[in-house]
Amino acid sequence: MSVLLPDGETPIIRVRGLENRFGDQIVHQDLDLDVRRGEIIGVVGGSGTGKSVLMRSIIGLQTPSAGSIEVLGENMVGRPEDEAKNIRRRWGILFQNGALFSTLTVAENVQVPIREYFPFIREPLLGEIAGYKIAMSGLPENAGAKYPSELSGGMRKRAGLARALALDPELLFLDEPTAGLDPIGAQAFDQLILGLQKRLDLTVFLITHDLDSLYAICDRVAVLADHKVIAVDTIDRLLQLEHPWIQEYFNGPRGRAAAA
Amino acid sequence: MASVAVPETDVHVFAPSGALTIGRAGSTQRELQAAADPLTIDLSGVDRIDTVGAWLIHRTIRDRGASLRGASPDVLNLLEQVAEADRGDAVGKPARINPVAELGTWAIEFARTFKGLLGFFGAVLIGFVSVITHPRRFRYNAVVRSFDVVGVRALGIIGLMSFLIGIVVGQQGAVQLQQFGAESFTINLIGRITVRELGPLMTAIMVAGRSGSAFAAQIGTMKITEEVDAMRTIGVSPIEALVLPRMIAAIIVMPLLAFWSMLCAIIGGGLFCWIGLEIPPVTYIQRIAEVVPATDLWVGLIKAPVFGFIIALAGCFQGMLVANDSEQVGLKTTAAVVQSIFLVIVINAVFAVFFASIGWI
Repeated sequence: MSVLLPDGETPIIRVRGLENRFGDQIVHQDLDLDVRRGEIIGVVGGSGTGKSVLMRSIIGLQTPSAGSIEVLGENMVGRPEDEAKNIRRRWGILFQNGALFSTLTVAENVQVPIREYFPFIREPLLGEIAGYKIAMSGLPENAGAKYPSELSGGMRKRAGLARALALDPELLFLDEPTAGLDPIGAQAFDQLILGLQKRLDLTVFLITHDLDSLYAICDRVAVLADHKVIAVDTIDRLLQLEHPWIQEYFNGPRGRAAAA
Repeated sequence: MASVAVPETDVHVFAPSGALTIGRAGSTQRELQAAADPLTIDLSGVDRIDTVGAWLIHRTIRDRGASLRGASPDVLNLLEQVAEADRGDAVGKPARINPVAELGTWAIEFARTFKGLLGFFGAVLIGFVSVITHPRRFRYNAVVRSFDVVGVRALGIIGLMSFLIGIVVGQQGAVQLQQFGAESFTINLIGRITVRELGPLMTAIMVAGRSGSAFAAQIGTMKITEEVDAMRTIGVSPIEALVLPRMIAAIIVMPLLAFWSMLCAIIGGGLFCWIGLEIPPVTYIQRIAEVVPATDLWVGLIKAPVFGFIIALAGCFQGMLVANDSEQVGLKTTAAVVQSIFLVIVINAVFAVFFASIGWI
């Protein structure tokens, strides 16, 4: 089956022939992927299949050995820094542990991208923008003035999400957003992402191991195995494929529990 | 149906067109401020809006009671989202700095650090005793490794530093003593000051910068990665495993390094005397042996292990204080170096008084 979108549709992310290798170790080879505008796409794969490397390649933190990557219709490979910057402000990224700047408060963290790209926006508007972004991410009122070290893991992720949303991105990258959260917190985070995606018209690229998240919020799921994306589809249709890893992943005890 | 006709001229209309996004936030804000009340906002011309644009509209409606018209369902939806996330000014800012409170916090912090250092000192002594009573728990490998890192690898830099200091002391001393025709006393100056004071002190400062900081950074990083907690749960005492080997190595290596430093400084001074003052090396060595009393050497060698102990104590203590975030590693490493150099200089002054009063002048 094809992992690509039909010809008439323009994808928001288009990856063709991606190859990543570190020395002798091949992570990706001839990897193709299309992400549809407005969808939540989940990316799954065993440990070491290069989910994070794929995300890092797409957002330009990792230069691929070969292949082309287009995000929002712009080529991203080998782009000079000043041009890449204009594309970067159209996406937001939530790193696995939040990657908040530890010397800044949560509100200041959210303001960093705004200050960088729109230096003419000053207080008090800057503070107000940070305030409603923090509220939208579901953090309590007093969180803005706190430092990241004073927050719990779940709150840190929400603060990271608030920073990712700072510039009203079209595209949101989430690297294992529910890892390390308790089930209630994880579910709340899923619903938060689903709600934000609907309200703000986002496209979400979600790396996860959380089967519940996949069932709850993903429109399609991309499966990484054998150095490439072997299938992209809804979970129902993925279940009909014969690939052993897919079968084991979704039909194992945990997979069935999540589906129930 | 009767309708109240409001003449358009009484109402000010703000009608942006095109994109109402963060990119135009500055000009939109200015235009909104310039528009007088009562204000009507007409959004029929807006084709793109983001949350920042919606926030500006929402704020104007909230604060100035402006009315809205021509908004599409999408825009209304976005305005609703923004209104939902509006919490007034509750987000708050960090409190202002109050100098008196700062001073108080600083004093309490200082007292707490000192108390913590004393507590740590006690824990280290207990560790020493338990290692002496259970010699099997002593970690020879870790100690030998620390010997290498703290001692052997420092020989080059300490030797070079001391050699240069010897030359400078000789040269500066000679300039002053020549005024009295007493340049041969340069040898006394070089010999006594390097053996008694500069050797141990400069070595301590170099070891604090090289190894004290490394102790703090290594242990601090292990704290952050929860290695120290893991050790505790397994039943390994972090004091015995991490602190004692470093401390023993520093205590043993410091006098050796200090002696090496004295030698290099004397050689540097000798080189200057040979070239600058034309005192042949043989005479120089003979004079050094005559003018430097054995007690000077003892003073230097007694001080050195104490300095080593203080450096290791401050470094390991600050490393153990690291918690939560990686920024602390840097802060505590700096604190370790500052604290150990400060304490070394204080103890050195105490030693100077002590040795003078027992007659080792």
